Amino acid sequence: MQIYLPIAEMSVNVFVILGMGWGIGFLSGAFGVGGGFLMTPLLMFLGVAPPVAVGTGANQIVASSVTGVIAHTRRGNVDFKMGGVLLVGGLIGSSAGVFLFGLLQSLGQIDLAISLAYVLFLGAVGGLMAVESLQAMWRVRRKGGRSDATGAGRHGWIHGLPFKMRFRKSKLYISALLPLAVGFGVGVLTAIMGVGGGFIMVPVMIYLLGMPTQVVVGTSLFQIIFVTANTTFLQAAMNQTVDVVLALLLIVGGVVGAQSGARIGAKLRSEQLRILLALLVLAVCGKLAYDLVATPSDVFTLVVEAN
Amino acid sequence: MAALTRRVRWPAWPSVVTVLAALVMPLAAALGVWGLGGGARAQEPVQPLVVDLSDHLVAITTAFSGTDVLLFGATDGPGDVVLVVRGPATRKVVRKKAQLGIIWANRDSVTYENVPAFYQVFSSRPLNDLAPRSVLSRLQIGTENLAFKKVDQSVTESFVPGFRAALVRLKQKEALYGLGTQPVTLLANRLFKADLHFPANVPTGAYSVEVYLIRDGDVVSGKITPLVVSKIGLGAEIYDMAQQQGYLYGLAAIVVAVVSGWLAAVVLRKN
Repeated sequence: MQIYLPIAEMSVNVFVILGMGWGIGFLSGAFGVGGGFLMTPLLMFLGVAPPVAVGTGANQIVASSVTGVIAHTRRGNVDFKMGGVLLVGGLIGSSAGVFLFGLLQSLGQIDLAISLAYVLFLGAVGGLMAVESLQAMWRVRRKGGRSDATGAGRHGWIHGLPFKMRFRKSKLYISALLPLAVGFGVGVLTAIMGVGGGFIMVPVMIYLLGMPTQVVVGTSLFQIIFVTANTTFLQAAMNQTVDVVLALLLIVGGVVGAQSGARIGAKLRSEQLRILLALLVLAVCGKLAYDLVATPSDVFTLVVEAN
Repeated sequence: MAALTRRVRWPAWPSVVTVLAALVMPLAAALGVWGLGGGARAQEPVQPLVVDLSDHLVAITTAFSGTDVLLFGATDGPGDVVLVVRGPATRKVVRKKAQLGIIWANRDSVTYENVPAFYQVFSSRPLNDLAPRSVLSRLQIGTENLAFKKVDQSVTESFVPGFRAALVRLKQKEALYGLGTQPVTLLANRLFKADLHFPANVPTGAYSVEVYLIRDGDVVSGKITPLVVSKIGLGAEIYDMAQQQGYLYGLAAIVVAVVSGWLAAVVLRKN
């Protein structure tokens, strides 16, 4: 069944889009990532223009994150205080990132910047997670006990920072500057890469902030709702690149997928969760890196430019 | 009875005059043409070329997945028919990737204006057999004769033809430019028809369909018929709102997403 998308200006198969939404919703529910790092490349692969893919993807992630947060709140796995502090940094960062995006676009190198950012961050994050979770699994098997990534390995200078805050849910007493800076940095990247930033946020929360893994997923999703809502609004207002028809189809598929994902995610142990996410992140990274290095099938590309 | 006769007769008289006049006028015109030795061809009552489309509007609805428009017409005698379907003029940047170290990145670019968003040529015979190059070039018939206007370039002149060829090739890949010509069917040297296909990704805007009648390598007659490609219905309203009220549209998109996400959580929990 074909449907015409009014903003993307193309005709697509309804079931392909519904299926894509389901798959990405599943990841969102299971791993606490928005799924934007898969959504944007997948939509572009279907032939959707990159700006429309970014804007519409953000809109869909708003919905799947809302569903995910509700599911996690019921289990008490959301640290709203931590999420709020991360969010303040995230909104400032994503707004700053929109300016950077415009600058790179005018230089004609936005495609390269996006690809390089993906390869760099997905590679680093995926590699670190894979190594760490494999070590954790090995430890678990040897000791027969359960390991949890705590803040044991953090540097001493972090505890010397001012504005200390208590985050009860996360069992942390750290400087508010830390989550603020993390939120800002991730916010900048999300604006450029057109994603919610969960795949960066989740490992940063585990390894840098030292939050318990169970709380990380719900808190990350909570933060992602607002950052992607901000991206949706800015993209719609400035570039008219949000296709609500496409977004709605993705949402319908996505909300169903997110629920199944949350159920599976609750059953898996945190090491297993992390190694699966790491493998997924590395796979996407590998594909993008290959595309950058491999000889393109056509060295020429065509870009529409407004008069 | 008499009243009836009069009523019938009275209006009957002028119509007889009209009929007579209608019979005499072309005769007079024909005689006049004869007398002037064929100099006033334009006054011929029979038009050399009559053209129409089965539809002057290509409506892009929610279920749109491409459509066909039938073009039909008649000529006043033997000759070849060439059709050019041309979309609105756009500005396009052609970028070329180059290897920087191990990475492929965009380096050079050429910017063109006056690039038709859509371009198809239909012909009853191969173009080169019909008319000399100069005629095809003047009327911009055939992709090689399109008069793109180069407005910016980052390469030396000798590399520009490669960029122009890439522009045409990429447009052909999107199915927006035709590969060669498509057929015009001629019937009894008088009637002709052609199926104009518009793919699902057809750009919106004001199109023109140019029809040329060619005899002995010369264009004898030409007609331009307008065609509009436009979004219709819900899709058009969504598009207009996105363009004109971006802020409101963005807020609405967020509300839709939040509400549907919340609804899903509620409904799926009950299940």
